[in-house]
Amino acid sequence: MNNFIIKAENLKKSFNGEFVVKGIDLQVPYGGCFGLLGPNGAGKTTTLRMILGQSPLSGGDLEVLGLNVPTHARQIRKDIGIVPQLDNLDPDFTVAENLEVYAGFFSLSGPALQHRIRELLKFVELSEKADVRINQLSGGMKRRLSIARALVNEPSLLVLDEPTTGLDPQVRHLIWGRLRELKNSGTTLLLTTHFMEEAERLCDDIVIMDHGVILSQGHPKQLIKNHVEPEVVEIHGEMDALPGILTEQDIYRVEIVGETIYYFTDAPGEIIRRVEDKPKVHYLHRPANLEDVFLRLTGREMRET
Amino acid sequence: MIDWRLPEMRFGMFLVWRRNLLVWRKLLIPSLLFNFGEPFLYLLGLGLGLGRFVGELGGLPYLTFLASGLIASSSMNTATFEGLFSVYTRMVPQQTYEGMLATPLEVDDIVAGEMLWCATKGLFSSSAILLVAFLLGAISHWQALLCIPLFFLTGLCFAGPAIMVASFSRSYDFFNYYVTLVLTPMFIFCGVFYPVATLPDFAQSVVRLLPLSHSIALIRPLATGQEISQVILHIGVLLAFALVSFYWAVVLVRRRLIQ
Repeated sequence: MNNFIIKAENLKKSFNGEFVVKGIDLQVPYGGCFGLLGPNGAGKTTTLRMILGQSPLSGGDLEVLGLNVPTHARQIRKDIGIVPQLDNLDPDFTVAENLEVYAGFFSLSGPALQHRIRELLKFVELSEKADVRINQLSGGMKRRLSIARALVNEPSLLVLDEPTTGLDPQVRHLIWGRLRELKNSGTTLLLTTHFMEEAERLCDDIVIMDHGVILSQGHPKQLIKNHVEPEVVEIHGEMDALPGILTEQDIYRVEIVGETIYYFTDAPGEIIRRVEDKPKVHYLHRPANLEDVFLRLTGREMRET
Repeated sequence: MIDWRLPEMRFGMFLVWRRNLLVWRKLLIPSLLFNFGEPFLYLLGLGLGLGRFVGELGGLPYLTFLASGLIASSSMNTATFEGLFSVYTRMVPQQTYEGMLATPLEVDDIVAGEMLWCATKGLFSSSAILLVAFLLGAISHWQALLCIPLFFLTGLCFAGPAIMVASFSRSYDFFNYYVTLVLTPMFIFCGVFYPVATLPDFAQSVVRLLPLSHSIALIRPLATGQEISQVILHIGVLLAFALVSFYWAVVLVRRRLIQ
């Protein structure tokens, strides 16, 4: 057995002759949280589906939990939990029944399972809702139940496809807390997200993908250090009030997006001094973040998929 | 890329079947009302009402003739509607299969489990009619109980084609084609309401290719104490429909879900 829970070499996927994953290498270590980031159409979900054995490879080699995919896909899934992008809970069952029936698919039953279900409902704070029908749950509750359901087989690897999309901040923070607990107890997390703050908070290692290739990989802090200047000043408002846009490209990297100017720099003092007393100009000075890296690497054009 | 491999039969199919049974149990009362209420109305309205004008048909009182046909067609209808609407619901809007495929279950298990379930529902509904027919005195032979496994086989035979149709359907409306062009003609022409032998020769040879004719050819004589002929042929046709459609349903559902 090697040291990686997921190991992909030259992994490829094509649909009707068009490649959406173009030969990527992935090495996800045991333990910790691994993030797969990229805009719509980057190939994230397709990559996840291949890892789960739900999508045949068009090329390359893939090993999960030390076993070959697709040869051992069924055996691998016994030890994986999946939180899908869209909740597919069973609307005909109650909260507890959902967990019970799903555990049945792993051939789990009996008193040990009942105990596990009670524990899981407590873990995601749904104990009071055990006998409630799914259609009476809020979006946040459904998502928490999806997470509990993915844990019913005590997986070594938990795969989450955009776990907090569309949730309010309270739920999001609760989920982040639970995911951190899981990570600390030794479960490996594999996460896709559009949410840079989420990736920055949770992930130990990040891969940024676009158009089916990997653009960069590393710890969030390292990625920021490697790809963008440490500080950002954003300016918008009446630009006529400015004595002229600062475009000394050697000191600042400047990006103009619509009505906003972004200065990426390690010495923001001069810009701030020039704009801070202009009443009709608004500015924001902040440290560079993962979103800056993401936009830098994948561009600012909209993705219509 | 189409996965043509033969399906594997595993225990997983019973887990899929069990999930459906658990859902059905929750909707037991309306299900039973439907299962018993409808055939009761049919037998009462058509069997007794129309029967007064018809008298005897194929050597049987019309009520008995009709009841012994309806117990066969009911399994066909029930299995077909489950295979179309319920399977589509679980496959597309509800994404139930997506959830199942995240567990050790595979498409093979899902399709096999769904076919077993469709056939089970067919068995329930046909058995309900048999009971009603018995209470009305239309069927009184003990050997009618031997029809019960045939209800299941009839259900299997129609579950596969229905799941095939659901697997390439883009919406519920698409099912109208199958119901109007395939299911209803079988219901009308395969001998539920009158003997196939009364049709013109050409029509007879077409109708004899259809699975419901074979189902009725077994079930009617068995339920009414008449002599059965060509048992192996009839069972063979039903089994062949079930097995071939199972294979195709697996291939088509794989194509839809495993991309």
